[in-house]
Formats: sequence, C-alpha cells, structure tokens
Amino acid sequence: MRGAGLFAVLAALGAGMALADAGDGGERADTRQSGTAFIGESTRAMQRDDTQNPAMLWVAGGAALWNTRAGKRDMSCAGCHGDAAASMRGVAARFPAFDKASGKVVNLGQRIEMCRVGKQQAAPLAPESEALLSLEAHVALQSRGMPVAPPRDAGTLAAAEKGRQLYGQRIGQLNMSCAQCHDANWGGKLSGATIPQAHAAAYPIYRLEWQAMGSLQRRLRNCMTGVRAAAPPFGAQELVELEAYLAARDRDMPLETPGVRP
Amino acid sequence: MARALIHMPATARQGETIEIRALIGHAMETGHRPGADGKVVARDIIRTFACSYNGATVFDAALHPAISANPYIAFFTVATESGTLEFTWRGDNGFAQTERMPITVSAA
Repeated sequence: MRGAGLFAVLAALGAGMALADAGDGGERADTRQSGTAFIGESTRAMQRDDTQNPAMLWVAGGAALWNTRAGKRDMSCAGCHGDAAASMRGVAARFPAFDKASGKVVNLGQRIEMCRVGKQQAAPLAPESEALLSLEAHVALQSRGMPVAPPRDAGTLAAAEKGRQLYGQRIGQLNMSCAQCHDANWGGKLSGATIPQAHAAAYPIYRLEWQAMGSLQRRLRNCMTGVRAAAPPFGAQELVELEAYLAARDRDMPLETPGVRP
Repeated sequence: MARALIHMPATARQGETIEIRALIGHAMETGHRPGADGKVVARDIIRTFACSYNGATVFDAALHPAISANPYIAFFTVATESGTLEFTWRGDNGFAQTERMPITVSAA
C-alpha cells in the first residue's frame, strides 16, 4: 500500500518534471505570480501610477543621460541607438544574455557599461550608482509589459543552469537556500514581510526601505546577508548566473520595471 | 536622477478643480541617523514647499524630518486663468529648486 502510494507520488513528480522540461507551461496552468502580487495595495498603486512612482525620477534621469554626450568619442547613447522608445523596445526582456566577446553572461547594467567603456570610451559607471540605475531603468521601461524572453543560446542556458544550482544550494550560517523560502514557503511570512515567489521582472526597483532605486543584485546580496552568508561583490559572476536563472523562471511573464517594493 | 517631476493637466476649464502631483528627488536626511563611522549624519531636509499660481500662493507646506526621501506632494487647486504655476522647494544647506508649468484655461 505504502509502496504503491510512493510510486504514485514519484509518477506524479515525473509527470511534473516532464511538463517542466517541455517548456513554458503549455497544458499546465501557470501558477507563477509576480512579486507585485505579494505587496500591499498602496504600494501596488504607487507602482501602477507613473505619476506616483518615485522610480520615475530615475527613469527621467536616465532619459537625460541617454542624450548626454560622454567619453573620449563624445558620443551619447542616442548618437548610435537613436530614440530609446524604438531601439530599446524589448531589449531588457532579453537579458541576462551570453556575450560572445567576453565569453560570459552579462546583465543589462553590464551591457550598458560595455557600451560606455567600449564605444563611448568613457569611465565606467560604478555598480549601483545613480547614473547606471537610471540608464537601466530608462532602457527597461521601454520593454514594460513585454514578455520576459531570455535567449536560448548555449551560453545563456549554461549560465541559467549554474544559477539554478546556486538557487538550490544552502549557504550561510543559517544554512538556507533561495528555494527553501521562495519555492517551498512563498506566501508565508518572514519578519512581517510576505515571501514572494522569486520572480524578478520588475527590476531595477524603487524599494521604500532603501528610499532609493536598487538593482536585482542588491536584492540578492540582501537575501544572502540575511542568511548570514558572505555576499559576492556587485558584478560577481555567480550573481549574474542567478539573475540568468531568475530570467529563465520568468520566461513569458510581463516585464514590470520600474517596480515599487516595501 | 531628475530633480523634480510635476504632473498636472495642461488645459482646464475655468472653475475646474485640478489635481497637481509634485515629486522631487531629495535624500531627506533626518539628522538622527548614525553614519558608517558611528557619528550622527547632519540633517539635510527640504523645509518648505510652495506653489504659486500667477504669483498668488495657492498651496504651501512645511516638511519635517520624518518625511521620507523623494517627497511626493499631491494637492488640488481651482483653475482660474491661463498662466504659469511655480513650484518652489527650499531646504537645509541652501537647497532651492524651482519648476514652472504652464496651464491654459478655457471659458467654462
């Protein structure tokens, strides 16, 4: 009896995995919920209304930077890419992506830095700096509402797979993995805050606790510090790989940047 | 980061009540927080906000240390005549920011 029950569970697990392997939902109902589903109504209203969303300060700043000439070549982003509303549409939905030149997966912020250092020949913007977050937010806004669609090339998939392993790996003095909270206990409470499902399609976000804009890496490092692990520095490859995995989890969910979180 | 964003209708009918939303980027440092070195960070906040409609003050506010960074202020006024609304924020360390928005008012 017990054996038969176990077999049924295993069969069900197998079927679930087969469906998951088959790809993006398909016949299975999509039970994924954006982080926006787990925040309070007033915070959601702030995100929904651009005239109330404080992140729009950064977006507007990013729009100004887009047209600002910089570097030795005295070029602006607009000098090559023109109007961001046209040229950057859908771009943020395709990151992180494998970069052939550097041979590793890069996120949107790093891609902007590559343009800045390589094409504009300007000094790199510091990670998590106001200027970089502004440009990121401005570029990402052009993809708002579009489905997250990270590329399926081998390099990106390999990075996402490494990210998946990191996601399930126990770390820190509390010896916890991302999955233990965000897969096994989403919807539960962690010191008064609701644990979301780890769908990160609203970054960079304006977080009320930070009273400022922050990137997904800042959020990831926050969680790592929370389980008393040593957080890798900004731009570390394992953080980008985690981002790549999160983007794969979010595939086909709408991009919501700029999000507001408590 | 942009300094300030103001949302209000560009046109209105005379006598119509219009909503104005003003958002400004400012750290609003309370003066009560210790910094990384353990010393209290000096206060740096916006003290006053005022909106004048063709020179006449229609709204003003005093801001205090408990108000969050990047303060957002929404208020209503009655559209009386075409002209300019001027928004002024003033604060510690000589902070001053002025924005102007035009409005066209048509006969009721």
